[in-house]
Amino acid sequence: MKKLKSSLVNMVIVLTVITLCAGAALAFANDMTRGPIEAINKKNLEDGIRKVLGDDKVAIPEPRTLEDGTVIYETEKGAAVQAQDPQNASFGGDLTILVGFNKQGDIMGYTILKTNETPGLGAKAGDWFQAGQKGDIIGKNPGQKPLSVTKDGGEVDAITASTITSRSFLRAVNAAAAACTDSEALTDALSAATCQDDAHKKCND
Amino acid sequence: MNNLKVLINGIVKENPTFVLLLGMCPTLGTTSSALNGMSMGLATMAVLIVSNFIISSIKSLIPDMVRIPAFIVVIASLVTILQMFIKAYAPEIDKSLGLFIPLIVVNCIILGRAEAFAAKNNPFSSILDGIGMGLGFTIALTLLGAVREILGTGSVFGFTCFSENYGALVFVLAPGAFIALGYLIAIINKVRGN
Amino acid sequence: MGYILIFITAIFVNNVVLSQFLGICPFLGVSKKVETASGMAAAVAFVLVIATLVTYLLQVYFLAPGTNVFSTEGHPVDLTYLQTIVFILVIAALVQMVEIVLKKVSPSLYQALGVFLPLITTNCCILGVAIQVSQGTYAAPGLEHNLLTGIVYALSTALGFGLALVVFAGIREQLSRVAVPKGVQGMSIALITAGLLAMAFMGFSGVNNGLQKLFGI
Repeated sequence: MKKLKSSLVNMVIVLTVITLCAGAALAFANDMTRGPIEAINKKNLEDGIRKVLGDDKVAIPEPRTLEDGTVIYETEKGAAVQAQDPQNASFGGDLTILVGFNKQGDIMGYTILKTNETPGLGAKAGDWFQAGQKGDIIGKNPGQKPLSVTKDGGEVDAITASTITSRSFLRAVNAAAAACTDSEALTDALSAATCQDDAHKKCND
Repeated sequence: MNNLKVLINGIVKENPTFVLLLGMCPTLGTTSSALNGMSMGLATMAVLIVSNFIISSIKSLIPDMVRIPAFIVVIASLVTILQMFIKAYAPEIDKSLGLFIPLIVVNCIILGRAEAFAAKNNPFSSILDGIGMGLGFTIALTLLGAVREILGTGSVFGFTCFSENYGALVFVLAPGAFIALGYLIAIINKVRGN
Repeated sequence: MGYILIFITAIFVNNVVLSQFLGICPFLGVSKKVETASGMAAAVAFVLVIATLVTYLLQVYFLAPGTNVFSTEGHPVDLTYLQTIVFILVIAALVQMVEIVLKKVSPSLYQALGVFLPLITTNCCILGVAIQVSQGTYAAPGLEHNLLTGIVYALSTALGFGLALVVFAGIREQLSRVAVPKGVQGMSIALITAGLLAMAFMGFSGVNNGLQKLFGI
């Protein structure tokens, strides 16, 4: 077959046809994958909530969204809170985590929902702060005393060479705990505990 | 025999990473572990094979003056489709590669092969060229990822060689990417020279 | 103060080439001479800022669900799946336009930048930054992700790119005068040098947090 000439009409027609085909293919693929993507996101969130609360069967309640974008899921086991680093100062932008608190406000578990860190590095935070690991935060109560890394005088070991990520992570955990003081599921236990802490401004609200 | 040559060409003689030095951004940015490197390599390979095939099939319909924009449209749609499928069926890969998936569009290997090979050859050998170049790229990225992961954390693909405490963390971080690739290229030049 | 923080973070702490790995191709390819390196840096800065402005507006008014012109109250039309293809075409077209306009308006500037302009289309730092800005995935503590912060971020990134490129070109100029062992000549020694440069830039990590405290953000 002979090659088409580079006349203006030819060029415009060819480019239009190619763009239309591409657009159609994209719309089709988008339609096809939308369902699975939503299903996966939903499943990830539900799995996350069950994981951080340490209960495989807990019913997922309707979420309650606060003004700053923090989302609280209140269950009979405690509350799962989806929070971000309020300073948004993690290396690659926003870090979104899900933290589970029992009714006393102790951390039962956490998982990382979204991070834009350097591939591989930020991912470390997913294991580092789990029970039995070097930066174990499970069982701690950030509502009573906000967590911070040892370098800043706190008691949590920062991820090796990723102090910035660690600080960002802990700020998000503290934000989650602060949001919980409003939560009905935890109010009694937490408000009593947090009001002893002067640094906690939410108490007087 | 000729087909075999086309296939092998991309893996050894004109390896896109070690010899042609193309597509350096994903090469350095995604090889913090062997698995990440391999995922990136395979994703790029998938786009490369399909784009080579499509472009070589429609090459006679595209006027010369608009060939680059036409190629870019084809490549960009393929990358977007790939991105959707990765998001839907392999969300872990989407999480670890992040921004570098849409950036496959501007990977010079893909546009380079479209221009240098697919626009001049038949669809069948274009597919072979895509496989060869893609494999070459994947092998290079996996190798670089493995080197960085072993030196940095002491383990590769989940197998531990030595304790993480003795790992040189700098190899997982940005500087290590440049340095590891620099030495790998030196070693490969030496091997090829003999 | 927040803008100064974005500025310093993007240039030193989170340098686009040395820590984010965007724009490596021109970084390695056009860094043999300081003169050409500065030309490339200027061209990238020019295109990057314009491209960010245009792609951000496109994202808000045509692609994003809820805010685009196709959406009506209660019926958002989500066209974000066209993002990659629209952005890359816009960047390619912009580069062409900048080339044509520059040729007419300022032939001397065109002479200086002209050679580099076609290379910019495949410079992934342009597309990368455009995507980061449109999705709001860059560090801007204490500020909203809007057009202004986006432009400040793009400009800072471009300056960071220029700084890395020019410094690297300076080192390579010196390097060409010394006897490099045969095995690592060429790209090998260039990459190792880049690694050492990246290590030097790692010294800035944490500076942004210090400044953040200092500014009280």
